[in-house]
Amino acid sequence: MTTSTAPPALSVRDLSVVFRTPTRVVHAVDGLSFDIAAGEVLAVVGESGCGKSVTSTAVLGLLPPTASVGGSIRLGGRELVGADESELRDVRGRELAMIFQEPMTSLNPVLTIGRQVGEVLRRHQGIGRREARERAVDLLDLVGIPAPAQRARDYPHQLSGGMRQRVMIAIAIACDPAVLIADEPTTALDVTVQAGILEVLRSLRERLGTAIVLITHDLGVVADTADRVLVMYAGRGVEQAPVDELFGAPRHPYTRGLLGAVPVPGRGRAAGGRRRLQEIPGLVPSLTEQPDRCTFQPRCSYADERCGEQRPALRALRAPRERDERSAGYERYGPERHEAACWYPVPVHPEPTEPEPTEEEAAS
Amino acid sequence: MSAAATALPAAEERGAPLAPLSRLRLLTRNKLALTGAVAAAILVLIAVFAPLIAPYDPARPDFTAALREPGWAHWLGTDDLGRDQLSRVVYGVRASLQIGLLAVALAFAAGVPLGLIAGYYGRFADSVVSRLTDTLLAFPFLVLAVGLATILGPSLLNATIAVGVSQIPAVIRITRAETLRLKHLDYVAAAVANGGGDGTVLFRHILPGALSALTVQATVGIPTAIIGEALLSFLGLGVQPPSPSLGVMLSSAQAYIAAAPWMAVFPGLAIIAATLAFNLLGDGLRDILDPQGDSR
Repeated sequence: MTTSTAPPALSVRDLSVVFRTPTRVVHAVDGLSFDIAAGEVLAVVGESGCGKSVTSTAVLGLLPPTASVGGSIRLGGRELVGADESELRDVRGRELAMIFQEPMTSLNPVLTIGRQVGEVLRRHQGIGRREARERAVDLLDLVGIPAPAQRARDYPHQLSGGMRQRVMIAIAIACDPAVLIADEPTTALDVTVQAGILEVLRSLRERLGTAIVLITHDLGVVADTADRVLVMYAGRGVEQAPVDELFGAPRHPYTRGLLGAVPVPGRGRAAGGRRRLQEIPGLVPSLTEQPDRCTFQPRCSYADERCGEQRPALRALRAPRERDERSAGYERYGPERHEAACWYPVPVHPEPTEPEPTEEEAAS
Repeated sequence: MSAAATALPAAEERGAPLAPLSRLRLLTRNKLALTGAVAAAILVLIAVFAPLIAPYDPARPDFTAALREPGWAHWLGTDDLGRDQLSRVVYGVRASLQIGLLAVALAFAAGVPLGLIAGYYGRFADSVVSRLTDTLLAFPFLVLAVGLATILGPSLLNATIAVGVSQIPAVIRITRAETLRLKHLDYVAAAVANGGGDGTVLFRHILPGALSALTVQATVGIPTAIIGEALLSFLGLGVQPPSPSLGVMLSSAQAYIAAAPWMAVFPGLAIIAATLAFNLLGDGLRDILDPQGDSR
């Protein structure tokens, strides 16, 4: 999709989010790093409670005062960790926008949708009421709302859930943000509406070159929309790869478990009789401690002593053989790179002789 | 999910905010609220057109016609100085409504910003405002109003201020509670995520959501203020004679309660009518605007 030479639109390095309460300390995000380039869709997946939403909230600087954020979040060269509130306010909605999970409650019920879209424009671009109104109608048209001039005068309760989510997207893209964070944008919608919303996101990426961080736990949505996937487990990034490669050859046991838990119609029977859908045994660990081991080790069937003693870092893996000639010169930021945080990455089938990770990250 | 054209009735059932027109329709369906609204409207018209309605000058004494019973010349009789009771009641309603509205406006001008600040910023601001509110609420409304009016000195303006200030704690409480409820809603979070500053969030996203509760509070605040005015004037702390006021009239009627009961009865009825009208309207509005309640 994109070349690896352009600087990333959003670059997160070693992000940690710690919630401190009088009784306990929760490490919600621990050493998370990822990049996203303009026009790229990065999906962040993982079980509930693995830190996906905390990450997006941290990027926007909207965490409550009980949270302490470490590491670095750079948006087009501007550092957001530790930036003051007025600077963040200037960035939010203009360079960095967010689409929320619940379209039913994320719009103000007492303002017309035209005004709500126009409000963002007036705030960040200092244009007049009339011009904002016209631009709002254009935006509603862009996100596929029929008869936008009439709908602009409607109140949120007059629209369906899918239409409201389109309005939320219109608000988010009003100022042409460099990065759009979509936190489970389709979870609250039914499947047909979901397809429409994803289509809108795809066309935005193509038309406006927006970088989209798609947070979801729906692997179908990921396969359908994303270019690259970051898998999170217990606040850490455990695998990152281009979408085809991740689905075709998952290297981290957790990712394999996730994919194995997706029902595929016909697969069980074709393989000879009904098979039980594979779930990952055990539960997500408590985040109150920060163990020096692989956090997935207690649930992992591949684990040995090393997994229980040393924490594996997210490292680049050698690509499957058919890509070998291209995998030679990985740059520090490369959309083709496949990384996993595992001592014993699952071998790529049908090449069981290639389990060893390489040390290509040494340069960084 | 219904299409836009058919969404209204469904939304009404769910208690979603209604367009202004359908709210008006709900008001006409609620009989008590309608009665209150009509009565309040009549009272407001009487107050506005008092000079046209009153048959006599309310302050001019006529000693040849003192203590007349209600009759054709003076429908509601005359008082001990021969002043026409009907004219005085009409002007008294005017004074009551004036003070009622001004006092409520004052209470809102002070209470709404304080409530918003306390609810939105929390922590220190909330502690300061809430402790102040608690202190004021420790005094019963009328005791507080009388106390303030005594300190400020008897005059119409001071009575208005006293009644208004006595209502501030209630307004702060309601605004704060609504702000606390609204600030955690998704659309407020969304406004912040889109770069909204405190002013935008407070006045465009939180305050409109609190309006229905505040409207009800304003409507029930007016009769309270009217009673407060009547009490202050009765005690000589409000409207000063010879200006007509319902409280002043009751006060001067005391001495003649046996000889000329109409002097007490009609201003008393006027107070009851004004209070009842706005209370009914307020209760009705509460039923209509409360999404949880059954409005029919």
